[in-house]
Amino acid sequence: MRPFTYERAESPQAAAAAAAKTPNARFIAGGTNLLDLMKIDIEQPAHLIDVNGLDLARIEGTDDGGVRIGALVRNTDLAADARIRRDYPLLSRALLAGASGQLRNKATTAGNLLQRTRCPYFYDTNQACNKRLPGSGCAALGGFSRSHAVVGGSKACIAVHPSDMAVAMRALDATVETVKPDGSVRRIPIADFHTLPGNTPHIENVLTKGELITAVTLPKPIGGHQLYHKVRDRASYAFALVSVALVVQANGSGRVALGGVAHKPWRVEAADAELPKGAKAVAARLLAGAQTTDDNAFKLTLVERTLAATLAEAKERTA
Amino acid sequence: MAPSNDWKFTRRDVLKMGAMSVTALAAPRLVAGGSESGLGATSKPVTAKVGMEVNGAQQALELDTRTTLLDALREHMHLTGTKKGCDHGQCGACTVIVDGRRINSCLTLAVMHEGAKVTTIEGLGRPGSLHPMQAAFVKHDGYQCGYCTPGQICSAVAVLDEIKADIPSHVTGDLTAKASFSRTEVRERMSGNICRCGAYSNIHDAIEEVAGGAA
Ligand SMILES: Cc1cc2nc3c(=O)[nH]c(=O)nc-3n(C[C@H](O)[C@H](O)[C@H](O)COP(=O)(O)OP(=O)(O)OC[C@H]3O[C@@H](n4cnc5c(N)ncnc54)[C@H](O)[C@@H]3O)c2cc1C
Ligand code: SF4
Repeated sequence: MRPFTYERAESPQAAAAAAAKTPNARFIAGGTNLLDLMKIDIEQPAHLIDVNGLDLARIEGTDDGGVRIGALVRNTDLAADARIRRDYPLLSRALLAGASGQLRNKATTAGNLLQRTRCPYFYDTNQACNKRLPGSGCAALGGFSRSHAVVGGSKACIAVHPSDMAVAMRALDATVETVKPDGSVRRIPIADFHTLPGNTPHIENVLTKGELITAVTLPKPIGGHQLYHKVRDRASYAFALVSVALVVQANGSGRVALGGVAHKPWRVEAADAELPKGAKAVAARLLAGAQTTDDNAFKLTLVERTLAATLAEAKERTA
Repeated sequence: MAPSNDWKFTRRDVLKMGAMSVTALAAPRLVAGGSESGLGATSKPVTAKVGMEVNGAQQALELDTRTTLLDALREHMHLTGTKKGCDHGQCGACTVIVDGRRINSCLTLAVMHEGAKVTTIEGLGRPGSLHPMQAAFVKHDGYQCGYCTPGQICSAVAVLDEIKADIPSHVTGDLTAKASFSRTEVRERMSGNICRCGAYSNIHDAIEEVAGGAA
């Protein structure tokens, strides 16, 4: 790991200002992704701004009947919160399907949203990777690409976003709240928060220099049956090959988002309307224009089958 | 030009640029990296002071900011019970309990733990006065080589507390009901601790015995 200077932030705005004016600075929250990557020289910050002392660890109601989740709320606390379990069980389920008990105790809401891909070539500094080193190429294209994206990828990068939590937040229409170095705040719909790789896979979201996430808000509860199905190589403590976040109402309408298939949590609003028609129709809409490799083409079938299984379970619960 | 040469060139180039962009700047609440090294300087190691309570004893340390909590425990406080396995949060050997919660001590910096209360395997119990979980692991032979054992035991103690505190898990059937103990629950909750020898069934028996005794 490279040497770095270290400070504890006093306020969200001060943290943002420090991050903007200090060369090569990074916020550190749980540290479970940043330190992992610093140890193997993929992240090389020269200065760390510890945000753990900030008052951003609360879960509270909003005026419109929704909920505001502080950026520093730990994944464990969010999943265990009584209101989240009752009103947004999809979010609890997605969080509990991710990482391990130890990691969830440290991992924060903001850090989870910003965690970087688990593409093995991104992690291997001997390999070409446009995300790690723009312009170097993409070793996954033509390499071992079983875990990679089937939709929304580009010739420059076919990595997937690894977060489970973000997939549930996408289905629940979350909004990311931030503060900028000048103290101004903004609200970013989660649909617009993460970006597709295009020619700039090293850019993964719309945050600007120094911008600090302060909270994630969810609109008022939408009810229905909420299920998160994650398919992975072992039953626990593994990243998703494919995951399905589903909310189905009594009349058969609902919403669906996918994890493990794209550079961002994947939702196509037009696919929601197909839910009453069943998994095949929904998958066709979600995966329209899919581009697969020999290694990851199985994900198309896996998405459809996982959707079918999740829909069947929702139906069982209604019965 | 061959792609590999092209790539090497680019990488060196970027590293050079990274070093050039370093400038010194002042900032408030600077904990480490005073005027000597300057903020943003990457060349010299930076040290910082941190105080924490480990197994009931106050520790005042001055550490390289890069020191993980795991390395601080092992190399600076000489508490070598906590083990380094993968050093990337994947195996759980480094699990310790900080402010009542189990964490991977390899994925956190020591300087981030000012004022924290840390419990390691040495703090749970000692020979002659073992923690019930330590005694149960001995009784049920919950190990072979023993390397993952300190992490397994710290995790197991915390798992029982997490169930008591009504923290649900991936296998919890009804999220609105109170979390409860079962074999499946323990298996899921202990999945962050890998045992290369495969002593899982005995580890499980040990945890079940302690849970039964506590209930
Ligand atoms: C072995 C292992 C298995 C895992 N399995 C899963 C899994 O199955 N599913 C899953 O979803 N995740 C998984 N994870 C990833 C884990 O969820 C993330 O590491 C974690 O959520 C990151 O949160 P953090 O607070 O530790 O982030 P940090 O490491 O502290 O930060 C991550 C990034 O976010 C930035 N950041 C942090 N806070 C803010 C803020 N407030 N504003 C702006 N930027 C900020 C940091 O600068 C950094 O770039 C796994 C991790 C490991 C190590
Ligand atoms: S898929 Fe993306 S992250 Fe993986 S090697 Fe290619 S450019 Fe890098």
